Amino acid sequence: MQLHEDERYLQGRYEVQGRDFVDAGLVSSLIKKALKDKGIDEDVIRRVAIVAFEAEVNIISYAESGTISLYLLPDSVVFEAKDVGPGIADIELALQEGYSTADDTIREMGFGAGMGLSNIKKSSDVFEISSEVGKGTCLRSVIRLDGGETPGEGDGR
Amino acid sequence: MNLDTLAKRLDLSCKCCWEKLNREVTGGYTGDLLSDVMANSKAGDIWVTRQVHKNVVAVAALKEHAAVVVVQGAEPDVDALEKATAEGIPIFTTNKSAFEITGLIHGLLREDKA
Repeated sequence: MQLHEDERYLQGRYEVQGRDFVDAGLVSSLIKKALKDKGIDEDVIRRVAIVAFEAEVNIISYAESGTISLYLLPDSVVFEAKDVGPGIADIELALQEGYSTADDTIREMGFGAGMGLSNIKKSSDVFEISSEVGKGTCLRSVIRLDGGETPGEGDGR
Repeated sequence: MNLDTLAKRLDLSCKCCWEKLNREVTGGYTGDLLSDVMANSKAGDIWVTRQVHKNVVAVAALKEHAAVVVVQGAEPDVDALEKATAEGIPIFTTNKSAFEITGLIHGLLREDKA
């Protein structure tokens, strides 16, 4: 998967540390604030916030580290998360709601319910994910500013 | 109905952000799975949970919840209260179960709208 390269539209780039649950949600709140400051529609922000939170928590839960990039294009918000970590062996399985490899520590905090990736997909107009075992995972979510398609009808990969 | 009225009627104990108690509660959501709450709760909801850690506040702030209610006599973590104060999210506690307090809140909100 090619990551977005047009830096003209870059709104923010954020580093996320694996296992740093203390600050989980911090990047999501910065992203939400950045979009609010730009006057973006509330429903779009609501969807981006879900995508950002789930992607952020995934990096914290499973990866060593990751980078989240936010682009604001004329017609859409493009959200990208790239991590260095174990990767996902079976993406189809990981996308199934309820499937999770989370350990007990993660679950006790109320994470790891196996809803993260499917929440991201449902909130996206376009959702792409690629992963290499032993290296890491990249995901991209595009959310159209005009409201796009019905959430949940994202076109998959 | 605002938080102050709701808290008094249900004997909820306020742990922070007393200055925010005039905030209106427009609905509610109950759950301990953060992804479920992220996906399904709405702005203005009062969130009923048994989770006590700081990430609860992150979710409540992102979703613009009116407040959080921690059930079953549990106490929020100190860093959760600090973050809640910084974010302006009131946290209440109750000795009641999630089932019981959810039912009571639901009843009050329905009565208020009638």
